[in-house]
Amino acid sequence: MSDHEYTPKSKFGKWFNDRLPLLTLANHLTEYPTPKNLNYWWTFGGILTFCLITQIVTGLVLAMHYIAHADMAFDSVEHIMRDVNYGWLIRYIHANGASMFFLAVYIHIFRSLFYGSYKAPREIIWIIGIIIYLLMMAAAFLGYVLPWGQMSFWGATVITNLFSAIPLIGEGIVTWLWGGYSVDNPTLTRFFTLHYLIPFLILGLVVLHIWALHVPGNNNPVGIDIKKPSKDTVPFHPYIVIKDGFALLMFMIVFAFFVFYTPNILGHADNYIEANPLVTPAHIVPEWYLLPFYAILRSVPDKLLGVIAMLSAILILAALPWLDTSKIRSAVFRPLYRQFYWILVADVLILGYVGAMPAEGLYLLVARVATAYYFIHFLVILPVLGWKEKTLPIPLSITEPILGGSPNLATIKNKESLNN
Amino acid sequence: MKNFLKIFSLIILFFGLSLSAQTAEKIEYLKTDWSFKGLFGKFDRAALQRGYQVYTEVCSSCHSMKYLSYRNLAEKGGPEFNIEQAKAIAASFEVKDGPNSDGDMFTRPGRLSDKFVMPYDNIQAAQAANGGAYPPDMSVLVKARGGGVDYIYSLLQGYEDPPVGITLDDGVYYNKYMYGNKIKMANQLSDGLVEYSDGTKATVEQMSKDVTTFLMWSAEPHLESRHRMGFKAILYLIILTILVYFSMKRIWSRIETEV
Repeated sequence: MSDHEYTPKSKFGKWFNDRLPLLTLANHLTEYPTPKNLNYWWTFGGILTFCLITQIVTGLVLAMHYIAHADMAFDSVEHIMRDVNYGWLIRYIHANGASMFFLAVYIHIFRSLFYGSYKAPREIIWIIGIIIYLLMMAAAFLGYVLPWGQMSFWGATVITNLFSAIPLIGEGIVTWLWGGYSVDNPTLTRFFTLHYLIPFLILGLVVLHIWALHVPGNNNPVGIDIKKPSKDTVPFHPYIVIKDGFALLMFMIVFAFFVFYTPNILGHADNYIEANPLVTPAHIVPEWYLLPFYAILRSVPDKLLGVIAMLSAILILAALPWLDTSKIRSAVFRPLYRQFYWILVADVLILGYVGAMPAEGLYLLVARVATAYYFIHFLVILPVLGWKEKTLPIPLSITEPILGGSPNLATIKNKESLNN
Repeated sequence: MKNFLKIFSLIILFFGLSLSAQTAEKIEYLKTDWSFKGLFGKFDRAALQRGYQVYTEVCSSCHSMKYLSYRNLAEKGGPEFNIEQAKAIAASFEVKDGPNSDGDMFTRPGRLSDKFVMPYDNIQAAQAANGGAYPPDMSVLVKARGGGVDYIYSLLQGYEDPPVGITLDDGVYYNKYMYGNKIKMANQLSDGLVEYSDGTKATVEQMSKDVTTFLMWSAEPHLESRHRMGFKAILYLIILTILVYFSMKRIWSRIETEV
């Protein structure tokens, strides 16, 4: 933040900026020195901002036509799909947008894990990110209930019932959440209200997330501290803006393909059946982005412990900056961590897969092993690795590995390309 | 850029995997060519009109279509009956309206703005008339079933005698595509059941295909404009992406870093 010397050129600009330094902020955002070696995994921050804004804008339009009432919600969604001008487009963007949002956030999180972006001095950015992620899950769950289809209704029943696992007050909490003795109209109206509220909380946290990022500046693939501004950095505009824009466009192509050609493939067919409290669907499954946690929940035989395991699986991430004891950030220079990293990725994918399958036989066994491994990774492997691992020598600056000169350059590059 | 393509293909791979996981326990459905699939998929207009005929003459005695209005029959991208035909279709139904100024309910011929007339007044009446099973509303039926159009198409042709050892209760029928194989709807289609005005031979297969096409349209009435817009949108995005890519190359060429 070395832009305090900025003064606007025009007289009015100076007058205004002395009273509200918006122009200083704009200048800071354009000049913001960014490491020049950021790869495309770093473009997902911008993509996520796009996702959030898309969800808010389409959501606003949907809310103008949607009716939050147990008897009318399903009909109003069909009204949007049929009679509202381009209602189908808005709704399909919103519904698929949730999946795209999660796809991007998972890439964003796993990028952080690979390059150690959560480590000092970026712990606060990371923790705000985890809170955003939690709120995203809440918003997605609440939003999924609104069309009032079978999966909406039974998903809401299953998830809210998790609170009944809390000893003594659990049942009371569930009744309080429902606003009655089952999921019904009061539940729907409050879910709608909260679903409307949460994106704005997320928006606020995103501002804090970016603010916190702009204090130490971006991490980078090499994971070393760099001098800012220097030969190692480029101004955010136009370099990063155009690169993020390019990546965003590629992302939008995938997004558009889903919206226009397979808009329902990520949803569950049962959600086109209107909610019926008397008929339970054969399999109640959450949306794909919640499946790993669903698998963890079901892999524990005890309900309360299952809920605790599921919550810990997310909350453990908040402790990550202290669980990972290694001083080296980037996995590029951590040969062992790099392997465990990919095992973790596979582990989470396996959890997602078994989460979609019935919790029995081999699936259950696999889910239990994968759940155990998930926690072992964070609680045992990461702390031990920090003081056992022999890391590779790290370069002194970004320019060095790029322009050559370092003897380990060849090996580093090879390993990087093997692993990316 | 290489890195980028990797991310891109990973995303595709990931979705491919998750989809194959979802459809892991899929049954082999009967296959047919659907004109509405693919990038430029459109409905077969004649099939939609025939499908509507099958719906009215066969299905509609038990199944409602509560989200459809008669005006939809004349709208673009649908069966595209001309407006006079649609009006005549609407007028052939008696619609309950009211109360009038005397406070009485009355019936009148249907108008374009009316919703499709329901076969039963309520779910209970439907259940009472069908051995306790509620014939589902068919407006979004295709989207409400895992196998979609292929499932409906197969189900209509999937009736057969139960295998040895399976006994069926009264009013329960065996269908090899139904979940659990037991269905409360009797086989409805038989060759020559309806008489198509365009001279198409009304085989069971033909009728199944026509009515399923009609159901696809009723579930996705804007499918054609969605496909049209999708193609334009994606083409636009691809061109813009290419332009932005070259701009990016140009801008980044000012510094010695590859992008």
